[in-house]
Amino acid sequence: MKRFRIGSLLANLALLALVLIWTLPTFGLLVSSVRDKDQLAESGWWTALSSSEVVEQLRTAGRDQQLQEGDEYVLRGALLSGTEILRWGSNSRAPEANQPNTSEVLRSGATLTVFADGRYEWRHSEPYARSRGLRVFVVAQMPPKFTFDNYIEVLTSEGVAQAFINTFTVTIPATFIPIMIAAFAAYALSWMRFRGRATLVAMILALMVVPLQMSLIPLLQLYNSIGGWFGVSAKSYPGIWLAHTAFGLPLAIYLLRNYIASLPGDLIESARIDGATHFQIFVKMILPLSIPALASFAIFQFLWVWNDLLVALVFLGKSPEEIVLTSKLRELLGSRGDNWEILTASAFVSIVVPLTVFFSLQRYFVRGLLAGSVKGG
Amino acid sequence: MIAQVLWALMAVVLSIGACWLYFAGSNILIDTWARQRVLSQRRHSQVQPWLFLFPALFLLALFLVYPVIKTFYLSFFDGNGETFRGWDNYLWALSDPQFLSTIKNNLAWLIIVPALSTGFGLLIAALADRVWWGALAKSLIFMPMAISFVGASVIWKFVYHYRGPDVEQIGGLNALVMAFGLEPQAWITLQPWNNLFLMAILVWVQTGFAMVILGAALRGVPTDTLEAARIDGANPIQVFFRIVLPQIKTTIIVVWTTITIVVLKVFDIVQAMTNGLWDTQVLANLMYDWMFRGGGDEGRSSVIAVFIMIAVLPVMIYNYRRMRAEENL
Repeated sequence: MKRFRIGSLLANLALLALVLIWTLPTFGLLVSSVRDKDQLAESGWWTALSSSEVVEQLRTAGRDQQLQEGDEYVLRGALLSGTEILRWGSNSRAPEANQPNTSEVLRSGATLTVFADGRYEWRHSEPYARSRGLRVFVVAQMPPKFTFDNYIEVLTSEGVAQAFINTFTVTIPATFIPIMIAAFAAYALSWMRFRGRATLVAMILALMVVPLQMSLIPLLQLYNSIGGWFGVSAKSYPGIWLAHTAFGLPLAIYLLRNYIASLPGDLIESARIDGATHFQIFVKMILPLSIPALASFAIFQFLWVWNDLLVALVFLGKSPEEIVLTSKLRELLGSRGDNWEILTASAFVSIVVPLTVFFSLQRYFVRGLLAGSVKGG
Repeated sequence: MIAQVLWALMAVVLSIGACWLYFAGSNILIDTWARQRVLSQRRHSQVQPWLFLFPALFLLALFLVYPVIKTFYLSFFDGNGETFRGWDNYLWALSDPQFLSTIKNNLAWLIIVPALSTGFGLLIAALADRVWWGALAKSLIFMPMAISFVGASVIWKFVYHYRGPDVEQIGGLNALVMAFGLEPQAWITLQPWNNLFLMAILVWVQTGFAMVILGAALRGVPTDTLEAARIDGANPIQVFFRIVLPQIKTTIIVVWTTITIVVLKVFDIVQAMTNGLWDTQVLANLMYDWMFRGGGDEGRSSVIAVFIMIAVLPVMIYNYRRMRAEENL
């Protein structure tokens, strides 16, 4: 009994460790995407909740705001608010020279005092001459700052919003067009008798593992010549819809055939005897019964097309009107490689839709995976 | 922007409408002819399957069968596909140092990624069955399956991020390394280990898949065999290795091969992380590279694709044979 408890504890701990390894990277990305970009560049995302020390260069008010008190000229105001000043200095070479609430006599003869709450006071017997204020360096405790600015920036000035729309433009037709084509084929391969059916089924299954790399060059040639004949660009949305449709068909036919072939044969036989045609049986009986399998495939195809990079790089342009999220993200990795506020926010924009689809429809996804894989491979 | 989405939706409606018109039209026509005895019953039942199959077969032939044959053909020609070169491209590949180092990397990917994904998947599936929060754990580990390889690359590039040893690290791995008092490293350029760090991304994505499939297989193991072993005094480890493992062997092989095929086609991760620099090239990315390098070399690019195809071929043949056998039962 004791042995068993130790085993159970170990199982819990080991699983916890694995779950943390699997989730923390994504969680870190999400946290980083809503952090202030200066804090993000300075400290790890796991410190996001603690405040950080920052050195800042600030300025006092200029000559227009000075007051005359007796025979002294005074500048007053606040350098910062809402935080605590830990140290300050008047010189860039010694920004941490003074404690808060102390005064320093400057080279000009003036006295500068900086208080812990961010206020300052400058006093001198002669008036302050310049219109710009005096430079003051402070080390301050900055509270954690969360913001949606990173998202606003990538959606407006980095073109990620347009890429998001482009991805939808690719994905919706590429998900729905293959379904009906595959469903008709799957019905014929399950419930119609004709010569060569077994060979055909086996060939379609074999096509499931053909690497896309084998298709790219000839198809690009074909698209180029078709584009040439009609005087249009070889890279276009209809072109990529067709490519994704065709590349999705083997899996679609396989999944749907597995499902449709497992429907009760008596049902179909008796409908045939009653004089129903294959077309009527398919439309009135098979199609409504196959909704779960259709949903499974639709989720697969949606995730695959949304997440695809290769087909998009080959069959779509990189102009703002055509670039998809994955392609945009790859471009940003190259050009904004150190701007993590841009990268994390863009990456999250690109994964939020598939994650939503995935978590809300996980049941169908798992069902499809089991149907497609335990038998297939 | 909205207009573009409406346009896409219209394309869905139009193309599904066109498909529907084709299927309904052709079938109603042929059924009517059969009823009016224009067409014999036999001819009718011979023709009808092909009406159902035509659009699918046409697309498969145009987008998969024809290109595969054409790519084989092009692999014997020069960069423009004009002059016949015999085995030249193959000989080039086998003597090109970059190609050979790519093959070496690919072999490492092929051994390590399926092994680790299947191993972790099995471990997690087994552990999750023993704890009360197993379903949640599985759901979280499954999550990366929904993330694109490029998105996963951004996530992990951030984990691997490197800054000099004198400043605070913002990348998780280097922060961890420094917490143990070690020197931070630029993981992505650290040869040859950088390949492992790229592989880790694919393992991270694929483990969820292995876990789901193997989890289902584990639950399919009959409990009376486990009971019998326990009564005979076997400890949990022995039960797992002697009783459970042999019963799910086929599923393990299926999972392993499926991940192997994913590995052979892996492109996005290398493209996004290093684009093959620092000796991390893999075949799929090298193929893409040659497609466009110096205006594109169709011959060499095709040869690389053919190598990927040859690696996939055993699985293809196996699938084909097994399906034929099943169909003929």
